Amino acid sequence: MTASHPFAVIDCAMLSIATGLSAQNLRELRDRLRSVPASSLYFHFWGAHLRPGFDEPEYGNDFALWARHGLSDPALAERLSVIRPPGFGDLEALREELVEVVEQRLYEREVVPWAPADQEFHFIRSTLVVLDTGTRLETPEALGAALARFSPGSLFYHFIDALRRPPEGADDFRAWLSGFGDRYSGLIERIAGIDPYFVTLSRLGRELSQAFAAQVAGGAA
Amino acid sequence: MSGLLDAYAPVTGEAVVHHLRLLAARLEGRRVVHVNSTRVGGGVAEILAKMIPLMQELGLQVDWEVITGESDFYQCTKSFHNALQGDPVEIPRHLYQAYEATNQRNAERLRPLLEQADFVFIHDPQPAMFLKLCPNRRGKWIWRCHIDLSRPFRPVWKYMESQVAGYDASIFSLSSYARSLPHTQYLIPPSIDPLSDKNIELEPQEIRAVQEQFGLDPRRPLIVQVSRFDRFKDPLGVIRAYRLAKQLTSGLQLVLAGGGAADDPEGEAVLAEVSAAAEDDPDVHVLLLPPDAHRTINALQRAADIVVQKSVKEGFGLTVAEGLWKGKPVIGGNVGGIRLQVVNHQTGFLVDTPEGAALRIRYLLQDPTRLREMGAKARQFVRENFLLTRHLRDYLAVMAVLLHGDNVDRIELTRTAA
Repeated sequence: MTASHPFAVIDCAMLSIATGLSAQNLRELRDRLRSVPASSLYFHFWGAHLRPGFDEPEYGNDFALWARHGLSDPALAERLSVIRPPGFGDLEALREELVEVVEQRLYEREVVPWAPADQEFHFIRSTLVVLDTGTRLETPEALGAALARFSPGSLFYHFIDALRRPPEGADDFRAWLSGFGDRYSGLIERIAGIDPYFVTLSRLGRELSQAFAAQVAGGAA
Repeated sequence: MSGLLDAYAPVTGEAVVHHLRLLAARLEGRRVVHVNSTRVGGGVAEILAKMIPLMQELGLQVDWEVITGESDFYQCTKSFHNALQGDPVEIPRHLYQAYEATNQRNAERLRPLLEQADFVFIHDPQPAMFLKLCPNRRGKWIWRCHIDLSRPFRPVWKYMESQVAGYDASIFSLSSYARSLPHTQYLIPPSIDPLSDKNIELEPQEIRAVQEQFGLDPRRPLIVQVSRFDRFKDPLGVIRAYRLAKQLTSGLQLVLAGGGAADDPEGEAVLAEVSAAAEDDPDVHVLLLPPDAHRTINALQRAADIVVQKSVKEGFGLTVAEGLWKGKPVIGGNVGGIRLQVVNHQTGFLVDTPEGAALRIRYLLQDPTRLREMGAKARQFVRENFLLTRHLRDYLAVMAVLLHGDNVDRIELTRTAA
């Protein structure tokens, strides 16, 4: 059995863009969160994967990181760090949750926490430049073998950015494998177990390669 | 297949070079002009000297032009530089007039080339006025600001803002350096070239020769700071950190290496202070190096156990990336672009005081395994984030986005699109 179309390998690059908006304290963070473009929320949750930064960040998103190191509020950092974008239908729902968590913390604190003068939170948005590499893979075996050579941009596009594209909530690997009927259901299940929020792109590449090697080698679910 | 770009593949990986080719294919034949104020010396010229041949090899038609002027022009742009980085510098009117006259004279010479280009990258304030002087321009104009604009002296920024507001886009190194401007402001950190003399792999004998040249004992630990003799780089703080660390790490050696003090009155004064502070200690080596001593600096950084960049103010701090690239943990001042490169406990340590630096020096020297682990992470970190190929990719991406209209979350480039 084959899928109706080959797997098209896409690459991407993320350009960071200053919004001109910043926050010096928690109240300003709340106010800006209400008005920044949704693409800025996307950037601050997912952008770390593709922009200059360390591969194993202490917290899963920039808001939590700033709460810890800018505002010196570890409790808020922990609450913000467990907000997982896949748990929300869209970025507006994510925005509501962020504002709610910050509002709650403002209610709890007697004094609005401030960041030092040179540690403002700068809201950034992004433009994703998507490129077709021209590579087409006909079989899951070929895809599994090619994964080790995927660029970080390709992994981001097919695994993380895919969550914003139809079919809703599925990465491109699972979406494509489902075209083979039930044959790769074990592999699909294993890929579904990889949490894109906590996994770095290099680890993601390794986990996907291992999943394909283990499941595709057997040839069946 | 092209040669220059291929030389990067063993360093960056094939996928990175392939990605550059894919992106550049959409820009093939486009005419690009870079304008800055010098062909030699300084980070901008260093980057352009490598970036431009790579862009050419990728199929773009690229020219590199330099604005030239007299002493009043350079005095004005030096004052711009200081004021835009926060010094309250009052610039006399005749210097502004020299700036404008120099821009007009150079624009006369370059106007046909600039007005026909598809993309014009104007680097820093020196040629920023060109935009107003090229009314028939047909391409996209990008102001590439390499300096720290986070807290500019307002009167000078207001003047510069009037020069750059009309650009199609601007590029800053860090988000905190971006200003409120009526166009898209991209954030692109600078980079180092892994194949340059300053960063290329060296044979052990070349490193040993440099150690011998400066009387460094390879059997004893060495910390190195490479930077201009400038108070913002806190060389006296580094000596204090070294002294504190040496109380528990016998045999510790320190190199403070820099250049360019001779024609900088303040640099000369700082060098004198540093030399005086070091005088009684044969293990403190203060080295005034010529501007082309790239391989010597490379060897010193490679000979080090730890690289230090204890700045108290820093734009980006490419010497940090250079140290990390050589597999050395970096102990850096907790300021500016150093924060983007030094990740606490991962690629090094951020410190606020000489005492903090001493503590981290001792911590790393007493645990060589940890030091090596952090060094390996440091090199990988630079490989993924701060090499010239990433910088080039970002420039290509900016051009591609500007061609498609830049107020969108994403653009999709098909294989056949121009």
